[in-house]
Formats: sequence, structure tokens, C-alpha cells
Amino acid sequence: MSPKGGGGGGRGDRLMVPEAEFESYYGKQIIKTPTWKTPDVPLYLFLGGLAGGSALLAEGAALQDLPALEKVARGAAAAGAGIGTVFLVHDLGRPERFLHMLRVFKPTSPLSVGSFILAPFSAFSTAAFGSMVTGWFPRLGRLCGVGAAAFGPPLATYTAALVANTAVPAWHEAHRELPFVFAGSGATAAGGLAMLLTPVDQAGPARRMAVAGAALEIAAAESLTHRLGMIAEPYQQGRPGTLMRTARRMTTVAAVATLLAGRRSRLVSAVAGATCVAASALTRFGVFEAGLESARDPKYTVIPQKERLAARKAAAASGTPAG
Amino acid sequence: MANSLWGPLDDVQGDAGYDHHPPRMGFFTDTSVCIGCKACEVACKEWNEVPDDGYELSGMSYDNTQALGASTWRHVAFVEKPVEPKPLTTTDLGLPGMGPPGAMEGGATDGDAGVRWLMSSDVCKHCTHAACLDVCPTGSLFRTEFGTVVVQPDICNGCGYCVPACPYGVIDLRKEDGRAFKCTLCYDRLKVDESPACATACPTESIQFGELSELRERADHRLAELHERGVDVARLYGRDPEDGVGGDGAFFLLLDEPEVYGLPPDPVVTTRDLGSIWKHVGAAAATMVGVGVASFLGRRR
Ligand code: SF4
Ligand code: SF4
Repeated sequence: MSPKGGGGGGRGDRLMVPEAEFESYYGKQIIKTPTWKTPDVPLYLFLGGLAGGSALLAEGAALQDLPALEKVARGAAAAGAGIGTVFLVHDLGRPERFLHMLRVFKPTSPLSVGSFILAPFSAFSTAAFGSMVTGWFPRLGRLCGVGAAAFGPPLATYTAALVANTAVPAWHEAHRELPFVFAGSGATAAGGLAMLLTPVDQAGPARRMAVAGAALEIAAAESLTHRLGMIAEPYQQGRPGTLMRTARRMTTVAAVATLLAGRRSRLVSAVAGATCVAASALTRFGVFEAGLESARDPKYTVIPQKERLAARKAAAASGTPAG
Repeated sequence: MANSLWGPLDDVQGDAGYDHHPPRMGFFTDTSVCIGCKACEVACKEWNEVPDDGYELSGMSYDNTQALGASTWRHVAFVEKPVEPKPLTTTDLGLPGMGPPGAMEGGATDGDAGVRWLMSSDVCKHCTHAACLDVCPTGSLFRTEFGTVVVQPDICNGCGYCVPACPYGVIDLRKEDGRAFKCTLCYDRLKVDESPACATACPTESIQFGELSELRERADHRLAELHERGVDVARLYGRDPEDGVGGDGAFFLLLDEPEVYGLPPDPVVTTRDLGSIWKHVGAAAATMVGVGVASFLGRRR
């Protein structure tokens, strides 16, 4: 049941908020609220981005012979995938049936596609990290690292398809921008973690990745709120709004600090890096909770659909084909 | 195959891979004759051994069930709407001779209290393009030979993806159990040529079960009949194979806007946008590769 009742014609009377005029069944929500758990799922979204970005960093570092950076990035890729998988399994209603995910391959289900990204990524990133730490099978280890780098960006971005391919208005309608928000956020997290854990003289690529990711994330989130109109409200109001705003401020400050002093000061590099990681996590919590909010309030389901119907009717009346 | 994800689709079973199959079966729920007795809710629970969903009083109306869910596969909505003082024209809806006389005109009226009653037995729509089925990663949800959509409890791992995918808010996870449940359109009964429990129990034939093509014809006649009698508010919901879900296997005759009954006014299966979704994910992943490469260009450290 919608706790705030939105603008719904609640309690069976016809009192309505003037700006959002619509009727509802006692103010009750129409679609179901996602049953995905917090913090499991937002953390999974975050860790997928972190791991995916880190796999890219690791391969670059290997190519340019930056061993300290390579070690940190390989560790982050393997750990991100491993811990993320634990959260994903824990979120299931029947965790012991996790392997049912690999029973079939369905392109219509991003969760199915994602399972076939996560599984090889985990294997490759773990093998690459293991080989690096132990020194065993170095060639095979590098090959696995390349494999992880190939599956990394899909791992960081498929989660946008996961949430967008639902009836949840704030997720579905954002399906053009969310993948870019997630790509940017993943790069920010990967760059940030490497900045935190790597000496400044080897962290150059990490700094550039964090700053580029921050720019991408902020630009994509900005265009999302502009394009979506009233459906973007949950990203701007209430708790998810606070999360999104805080994340954006932290990302901006960390990126600027990185540009100004990240190369010279180990301390600035570490603090800015940690801020990037935290901001990336907050973004995922914000996106996640904005979706839940838009599911709970019937107005985000009813009003856009009514407008769509009215537009179609108007188009039919004027003789132009409906869009 | 054309229109597998969206748009009109004549042969859903064929699209799902059945070569020989019975005709598509469905429900036509004519809410204009529903008396709100909830026999369907009870019959469904008994036949399908659905656990109780809590004995709460909602306080909002006679509807204490409140919504469809994992343990509510038929839900009778009770809409109380205040009506303008002008008397409602009473219309004989052609109800089979049951129930108290005068109790069900124009969706049942109570002139004295100034309240109009609307009752409607909601159910899973068994969509032509079922989002729940499309997104299910385990293959637990499947299309039956009757064209209906059914969960296999022995496969479902409770990932919960089907829950926010359904544009009607039908399917849900059962907390204590962890798996997803919804109406099966009595798959077990259909297989032995029996009608679903709810349709069998309905005393007013508000719930009609049969071949979908036949039900659609019947509904068209009923609508024309009501319009002829001046019940202009009557409309079909989920009948149109051109709508956002390719038409519902279980569709309705309503006496008000869908949202008044808690139904979405213009539902669209999420997978209609699947191509665009994957395209944008691909572009974003490529952008991320670009960010990675660019990070290693220029200054080496
Ligand atoms: S109404 Fe919802 S649960 Fe039923 S078939 Fe359609 S998408 Fe699936
Ligand atoms: S909860 Fe069960 S039925 Fe629903 S999508 Fe997941 S595996 Fe399929």
C-alpha cells in the first residue's frame, strides 16, 4: 500500500491534488513494488560496476607495466565479482537454486543474459588474480585477464537493462540513460578504489578513469531528469532524491580534487578515491530507491499512460497515424 | 518470428513452439453482472490450495483482500463512488434471474446513499506478450498449450524478476516460501477438460471461460447490447489484440475507467523496448571501453 498515497483519489472520495488529477483504487499502487532486497541488490549493481571497471584498469596496467596498479585492479575485479555474486544469491527466495539461472539462455531476460556475463567474468577475474598472486601459469593468467576485461563493461552496464526491463516507471522510462549512468558510475568506482590503494606515481590511469567516469555519470543523470519529466520526480524528491544529490556533490568534489592535486598528494588521491567509491554506491542506492518509489505511487503508472492514450486519440482524430 | 515480443499475434502457442495445440483458452469477466459475492476467490483458494493471505480488515470498503498477490489469484474489487444527486437511469442489464431485484443496475446503485457500486473480479491477464514470462531467467514461467502463462514451482528460484515486470501488478513472491505464484487458469483442470474453479463457482456468469476467439465475439455482442440500452460507460478492457500487450487472454467488461478498478489504463509489455534497451547498454559498454582506453593514453603515469 502506498504510504503517502501520492496524488491518488484515496479513500474512495474524489479529492485530488490539482496538479496531478487522476483516479485510483483507494490510492493503492497498480504495479507491485520490486521484491529485490536492500542493500543486496543496490550493492550488487555497485559491485558489478566496480569489478567491470577494474578489469579494464588491470589489463591497461599490465600492458603499460604498472604492477602496483595491476595488482589492486585485479584484486578489485575478482573481489567485486565474488562478493557481488554472494549478494545476488542471497537475494533469491530460493538461494539453493541459484544454478537454475544457467538452465536456459534467454535474451529477453537481462537477468539470464547477466548470469552468462557474471559467470565467465568471475571465473576469468579470479583466475587472473590468482595467477598474478601465485605466479603460476602467467600466460594463461594474462589471457584470463583479457577475458575479464572483455566481460567487464557488459557486467557494469547490463544491470541497467535488468532494472529498465520492468514496468517500474522510473526505471523503464530511463532505459536510454541508465546504461550510461551505470557505465560512468562503474568507472568512477574502479578509478576511485585504485586511487585509494595505489601510489600516486602509478595511479595516473586510475585518476583519469575516475574523472571521465564522473563526467559521464553526471551528464547522463542530468539528461535523464530532463527527458523524463514527472517520471523523474522520484530521482529528485524524498530519500532517493537526497541520495542522488549527495552522490552528485561527492562525485563533483572528488573529481575536481583529483584534477587539482591527485597527482601530487597521496592524501588527496586517497581521500578523493574513497569519495568516488562511496558516491558510486550512493548513486546505485538512489537509482534503486527511486524505482521503488515510482512503483509505490500509482500516479507514475496512471498519469503517463492516460497522457499516452489521450495523445493517441488526438492523433487518430486528426487522421495522423498514432505514434 | 514476427511480433514475438510485441504487437498482434494470432497463434501464441505456435509462437511458443507448439506444433499441434488446442485453441487458446481464456476468461471474459463481465463486471456489469458481478454481485461481489467472492465465490470465485473462495473457489480458487480451495481448488488450488492457496494459503490464507491474512485476515485483515482493510477499513477502506468491503474489500478486505485489497489486491492480487502470491496467495490471491482472484480478487474482487469493490469501488464505492459518490454519484451526482441526479437519479441514475435504471437499466436492465439482462442478468440471469438471480440476486435481489434492483441490486445491480448500471453497476448497482444505491440511490439513497448517493453511492454507486462497482464490483469486479480481477485475475492474471494471461497476456499475449507476457512480461513475466519474457524476463523469467530460469524458464520457470512458461506458455502452456492452451496459451496461458504458468509458473513451475519446481524450477522457480525466487529471483523476483517477474514481480516488477508485470504491468498489471499480478504476480508476487510468497514470503514464507520464497517462490513466485499466480493464477494458473487452472492448468490441471484444463488438461482434463474441466472449467476453472472460479468460473464454475460464479453464480451470475460474470466469469466466463472458453475459447478466446469465441469469448471475444460474445464480449462484442454484450458491449453492443449495453450501449444500445444506454449504458455508455461500458467498455472492454484487454480485448484488443493491437494493445500494448497484444491483447489479454483474460479480459474484462468495465463500467468505468480502468484505473478506478486499480487497473493500468494503457499497459505495455516492457519487452517492446527490449531492442532499444540492449542497444543503449551496448553503446554504454562501448563508451566504457573508450573511457578505459583513454585512461591509458597520454601521460604514462
Ligand atoms: S498479467 Fe502479469 S502475471 Fe499475468 S501473464 Fe500478464 S505479465 Fe504475467
Ligand atoms: S521469481 Fe521464479 S517465476 Fe519469477 S522470474 Fe524468478 S525464477 Fe521466474
